[in-house]
Amino acid sequence: MNGVAHAWLIVALMMSGLYIVMASAHLFKKLIGLSVFQVSVFMLYISLGVVEGAAPPIVEPGVDAYSNPLPHVLILTAIVVGIATMALALALLVRIRRAYGTLDEAALAAKDEDA
Amino acid sequence: MSAAWLPVLPVVAPLLAAPLWLVVRRPQVAWWGSMAVGAVAFAAAAALLVTVLRNGPVDYAFGGWPPPIGIAYRIDLLGAFVLVLVSGVSWVVSWAGGRGVEREVDEPRRALFFSAYLLCLAGLSGMVLTGDLFNLFVFLEISSLSTYVLVAAGRDRRALPASFRYLIMGTVGATFVLIGIGLLYAGTGTLNMADLAARLPEAFDRRAVHTGIVFLIVGIAIKAALFPLHHWLPDAYARAPGVVSAFLAATATKVAIYVFIRVVFFVFGAQATLEALAVQHTLTALAAAAVVFGSWAALRQDDTKRLLAYSSVAQIGYIVLGLMLADVAGLQAGLTHLFNHALMKGALFLALVAVVYHGGGQRLSDLAGLGARMPLTAAVIVIGGLSLIGVPLTAGFVGKWLLVEAAAAKGAWWLIAVVVVGSVFALGYVGRMLEALYFRAPAAQGGAGIAEAPLGLLVPALVLAAANLYFGIDTRLSAGLAGRVAAALGGAG
Amino acid sequence: MSASFDPAWLWLAPAVPLAGALLTPLAARRPALRDAWALVSALGLFVCVAWLAGAWWRAGAPVLRSEGPEWWAGVVLAVHVEPLSMLFASVASLLWVVTTVYSIGYMRANREAHQGRYYFCFALALAATMLVAFAANLVTLFVAYELLTLATYPLVAHKGDERARQGARTYLAILLASSMGLFLPAIVWTHVLAGGTEFVSGGLLAGRLSPAVAAALLSMFVLGVGKAAVMPVHRWLPAAMVAPTPVSALLHAVAVVKAGVFTLCKIVFYIFGPAELAALGAQEAALLLAGFTVVAASLVALRQVEFKRLLAYSTVSQLGYVVMAALLLAPLSRLGAVLHIAAHAFGKITLFFAAGAVYTALHKTRVDELAGVGRRMPWTMAAFTVGALSMIGLPPTAGFVSKWFILAGAMDWQSVFVGTVLVLSTALNAGYFLPIVCRAFFREGDGRGFEEAPWPMVAAITATAALTVGVFAAAGPLIDLARMSVEVSP
Repeated sequence: MNGVAHAWLIVALMMSGLYIVMASAHLFKKLIGLSVFQVSVFMLYISLGVVEGAAPPIVEPGVDAYSNPLPHVLILTAIVVGIATMALALALLVRIRRAYGTLDEAALAAKDEDA
Repeated sequence: MSAAWLPVLPVVAPLLAAPLWLVVRRPQVAWWGSMAVGAVAFAAAAALLVTVLRNGPVDYAFGGWPPPIGIAYRIDLLGAFVLVLVSGVSWVVSWAGGRGVEREVDEPRRALFFSAYLLCLAGLSGMVLTGDLFNLFVFLEISSLSTYVLVAAGRDRRALPASFRYLIMGTVGATFVLIGIGLLYAGTGTLNMADLAARLPEAFDRRAVHTGIVFLIVGIAIKAALFPLHHWLPDAYARAPGVVSAFLAATATKVAIYVFIRVVFFVFGAQATLEALAVQHTLTALAAAAVVFGSWAALRQDDTKRLLAYSSVAQIGYIVLGLMLADVAGLQAGLTHLFNHALMKGALFLALVAVVYHGGGQRLSDLAGLGARMPLTAAVIVIGGLSLIGVPLTAGFVGKWLLVEAAAAKGAWWLIAVVVVGSVFALGYVGRMLEALYFRAPAAQGGAGIAEAPLGLLVPALVLAAANLYFGIDTRLSAGLAGRVAAALGGAG
Repeated sequence: MSASFDPAWLWLAPAVPLAGALLTPLAARRPALRDAWALVSALGLFVCVAWLAGAWWRAGAPVLRSEGPEWWAGVVLAVHVEPLSMLFASVASLLWVVTTVYSIGYMRANREAHQGRYYFCFALALAATMLVAFAANLVTLFVAYELLTLATYPLVAHKGDERARQGARTYLAILLASSMGLFLPAIVWTHVLAGGTEFVSGGLLAGRLSPAVAAALLSMFVLGVGKAAVMPVHRWLPAAMVAPTPVSALLHAVAVVKAGVFTLCKIVFYIFGPAELAALGAQEAALLLAGFTVVAASLVALRQVEFKRLLAYSTVSQLGYVVMAALLLAPLSRLGAVLHIAAHAFGKITLFFAAGAVYTALHKTRVDELAGVGRRMPWTMAAFTVGALSMIGLPPTAGFVSKWFILAGAMDWQSVFVGTVLVLSTALNAGYFLPIVCRAFFREGDGRGFEEAPWPMVAAITATAALTVGVFAAAGPLIDLARMSVEVSP
């Protein structure tokens, strides 16, 4: 893999994620888009830690070039945050569905206007 | 011993107390407990402010690891100032929580409501205190996630989609912040703010750094609801339980703006960021648009909470306008208005909680005749409203004066025109509320049970209203302190 | 003889009515106590101002100031006393007493609701007026000015019906928008230019202005001080006529509009400095506007049939005199401007009282219904005649004295414009006041017999009419005071 290919991949994921968030009328699809968007950022972080020709950051005798472990640690935290967000969002969706019987934005707006 | 703990107390106390209400599910206990924790946080913040005023910035290194390696807190005057504001106003708002949730939150959720409140408080305090960028992101998400819960906690089903939309926008914003942090790390190799500030000048021309800064600023702008990224705010504020609206309006956007000041003026260096990246012109234009658009939109609302929410969009515009003048006078104006706006909106939203307590609605027409039936609540709305317009002897006047003065000193006449237009619109929307309160007969049917709200709601609303008057007269804590902070920032930038 | 005068006592003037206001709610449920308390507050203020004036006079009438606490860096609330302040404060406090007597009669006779709120706001408005009078800098004055607007808003909207709400909305919107939009920026601009906003003899801004900046700033002040009702920001004044008559009388003939022209006089005298302004020639545009207001408002008044609206437009026109005379800058015309503040107050309050008495006794609100009223209400209409003469500027009334000086100033500086405006407007004033007087006394009306308003109202009307004549008869001290105010700021 040359130096920029992974960056393009990340950008593509990021853009498609954001596009889904904005373009979908269905709340669940929005959430999927959000997830794709977040994952692209996780990949960005992991790619930051790469050191050319280095070993994984596990201390072993005879190795002196390690990948940078800090981004991995950070992104582990970010992933946990992402999961929490996802769980909360899903819980919200369940309650929306219970209250309205639909997850479609237009239908939701219409139902509130009736009320 | 106790002094050493001071810097983390505002974060740790609510963080530790929050899970307790999962075990003890008694709303009353949770409420009293949360108030106690809020008092501790406020006391710690006040003590920190005194310490900082006396001895200069306070440092705290987690686990004993020194700054560039470990996570460090560094509390300077700006941080202490905002922390006192946030913990103070949210504490007063939490007094109203007990009565407020009675009408708006279902019984089984009440205790958990206070858990979410404490988590949010911990997150906000953490954002103010931390000196580490990644730590900032984590606290940002803690406060955001708990905010979504708070918004959705009420009985109004319309709060659910509002909370979901807020979640989507908020997460996109937070992820932007995360991208920005990552790129800055890639460009400089550090996450510590002070360290970053030292290393940035030489790395500033790297494209990763530029991109990172822009991502970070956009992400924060979403959190601060700066026009045109404000769409989540009116719905969230209007549908959330009233005490939550009061809490959020007084704290959440303020902390986002604090973060903006922190990164732009301390970390990036005001000169470099504002000029090199055209941030100053862009944000000034957006802030001006926010003032005009937000005030105009507020004028057209029929729902009082939405009205106040759009007014918040406008007030954020004022604050950013001041900050973007980027001199000491402008910063002082922005910070003063930040302080005062928290008091105004806190008072006004709490007054609306009192209005709906006895079954009153939240439309403008529902305010009709309340001037006689709820004289104290109406008085709070009057004071808060006058403060919003910027009438002398209310807090709002001080900020407005400083803003106009700062603009005049720079010769930015069009900016004064923007402030004037915003004030005239504010006169309009506040006037509509006051007129309904005092000079309109209540609707014929119903409303017989409407009487003054219980003391549990009235007292905090009155305290905040009194604060609006107090800080309109004694400005040492607001404008005075803001001036000192601005002078320090001016020196740094 | 040369007793000293401690300016800190000046804070007492706004404090007395404020205390009166704050204690009013306690008596709100007991009408007798409430009315008595209103009277006590008014008398208290009058005694207080009279005492201040006496002590100040005995000390040789010095210009003294007393600073309150610093508000924020560079901005301080302060009061001071100089001849113009003392004149305004004396007139307002004196007329408050009369108006309170009249109010009690009017409010009871017309069975108005919310009287507690009414007296509360009234006293609050007077507190604000006193602070306007003694303000030592523009910031203090602005604070008081805005308080006055807010305190009078509930009074204007008092009736609470759609018309009152509409009128009060216009009132509040125009006054607050002009003050927030132009007055406040002008003050801040002054603050930035001069590093403060103090009223200084000879002009705070003297030597710091270019002609263009001076003209712009002066225009901002003239239009921003909406209470002075210079066209086109005069519309609030007719709109405010929905208020109960005592409110129109005191607030729209004495306190509110007078606060406006008083403010403009202070600004011309102590912020710009007349000599400086004359040297720069920056006042021309504003002068033309004021002159236009005088004539145009009279023309509009000519066409009014509603009694109070007619009086309102007459007020707009009379305020134009004060502004015009002050902006002419000639010492004699400035003396006339100061005198006219007092003269118009006495005359116009008489006219409003008369209008209210006619409404209370006969429920007539239109001037074409007044035929024969002079016979049924001789006291009222005699007083009305005195007021009308004062408006036109004929002896033996106060209006003659002030107009005399304004005209003298115009001749002194050979201002054809001001001279023409004076002549024209005098003719117009006669054109709308004299027919009313004639109709009231010399035409046959529908009713017969003596039907005067309640005695407190008649007493008040007689008192103000007597004052109007009294100022003419014993104009000496008033002229001395006015002359001093011109001398203090050459």
